[in-house]
Amino acid sequence: MKILVAVKRVIDFNVKVRVKLDGTGIETANVKMSMNPFDEIAMEEAVRLKEAGVATEVVAVSCGVSACQETLRTALAMGADRAILFETDVELQPLAVAKLLKLVCDKEAPGLVICGKQAIDDDANQVGQMLAALMGWPQATFASKITIGNGRATVIREIDGGLETIEISLPAVITSDLRLNEPRYVSLPNIMKARKKTLEIVRAETLDVDIVPRLRTVRLAEPPKRQAGIKLATAAELVDKLRNVARVI
Amino acid sequence: MAILVIGEHDNAVLRSATLNTVTAAVALGQDVDLLLAGSGCSNVAEAAAKIQGVAKVRVADAAHYAGNGAENLAALILDNAAGYSHILLPATTWGKNLAPRLAALLDVAQISEIVGIEGPDTFVRPLFAGSVLSTVKSSDAIKVITVRTTAFEAAADGGSATVESLAPGRDLSLSRLVGRELTKSARPELAAARVIVSGGRGLGSGEHYRTLLEPLADQLGAALGASRAAVDAGFVPNDYQVKQTGKIVAPQLYIAVGISGAIQHLAGMKDSKVITAINKDEEAPIFQVADYGLVGDLFQVVPELVAALR
Repeated sequence: MKILVAVKRVIDFNVKVRVKLDGTGIETANVKMSMNPFDEIAMEEAVRLKEAGVATEVVAVSCGVSACQETLRTALAMGADRAILFETDVELQPLAVAKLLKLVCDKEAPGLVICGKQAIDDDANQVGQMLAALMGWPQATFASKITIGNGRATVIREIDGGLETIEISLPAVITSDLRLNEPRYVSLPNIMKARKKTLEIVRAETLDVDIVPRLRTVRLAEPPKRQAGIKLATAAELVDKLRNVARVI
Repeated sequence: MAILVIGEHDNAVLRSATLNTVTAAVALGQDVDLLLAGSGCSNVAEAAAKIQGVAKVRVADAAHYAGNGAENLAALILDNAAGYSHILLPATTWGKNLAPRLAALLDVAQISEIVGIEGPDTFVRPLFAGSVLSTVKSSDAIKVITVRTTAFEAAADGGSATVESLAPGRDLSLSRLVGRELTKSARPELAAARVIVSGGRGLGSGEHYRTLLEPLADQLGAALGASRAAVDAGFVPNDYQVKQTGKIVAPQLYIAVGISGAIQHLAGMKDSKVITAINKDEEAPIFQVADYGLVGDLFQVVPELVAALR
């Protein structure tokens, strides 16, 4: 079985993001970029399935600017066999990404696609579900455990209030939640090996796919900051404040 | 054109997140219909018909909607989407699972977790774990939207909507619900609680979490929450976790006990009305957002607090 993993290049999760002064975008000059953490988990899961003999090949796919090649090299160093980049300078929104991924699925016929449940930049949480819809495949979002067998996947999902187990037919799309696994660190020898693996680049504009953004950003702003309050010395003082000043109890 | 809200329920009870979603729909200024799909869910339909602001409740009742899977639901909504300019769902794990699938079938963008409405096509939504608020304008004919429930009040009772039944779609048989392990608790659920008592790594063990925080929560009628550190350490199950990409809460009072305040945790609770932090580390980031801070040993302070509340 072939597994496809979608990976996105995002501002590193440790970076404090800032809105440009004129509110038209996010400051990205000299900002560290990394693979979206949920996509790292997706990548790790695919590699583990290959190591367990369930998958035969792992293909990493990314969509975006030329620099996404770095993200794909990381995926290759983690254990992907080859990589595909849909390169474009157009702002890609989730529906456009899902349509590009559909092209790969049509061509590569994977048995399973794993995506991160959401990217930590736009926090959209959409691509996996959209791809599943476009393919007419089942979906299992927010996965914390995946078991593959007899052409089906049993997935434990993190839902409000607890856990849910579903069984889906394959091919399917699964999206990873935080507790699915802990991604490995990439070793130097694997980074060297990754350089020799195939990374195919396709210009997205040359394809017959509508990738025009449907949403236009009118403006960006930082939310009002919460001010630090006062320090109290005793529990009795706290109860007094909550009861008589804040009036919340 | 009318607005369609998709109701979340477990075939017995309508989830309160639906009420907040109705409020967002009413703010758009058109007639609001509510669609329910389930199995043996007539009680839910009755409850939904009483929500103020809902004109019509449309119910599809069939065995293959029992598990609430996105595949069958999205197909059903697609078949019944004509005449609606907006389709709204709560930004719960259920709504987030379903809404993008529906949007892709309609070939429209989905607008995630809105916290504000500036016009029929213009919405405010958070990016980067709430560090940035983005105002976006949609060019699609149908807007598929998930609503952050803490940003909108719950709609009140007192309506009298008509209830009509919808012909169920066919069963796509793509997915089967095997089972659910839900945390059983007599406490209010996190997302709707007025008061939340939340514990972190500082508690040291699941035993301490229970013996210290449960009496405090009992005293306040509060829901119990936790930081990622407490969940990862196994003190409590994962559905206790308050975090940026999962459960976002905004109670009247949030009491953080032994939580240092990682940015992901702060993003999940910083819209609470009043934040109180108890931590022995004076420099903990949680104090930067806390209205009231108590620097001290939580093993001493929490029992004192419980006593003072009596």
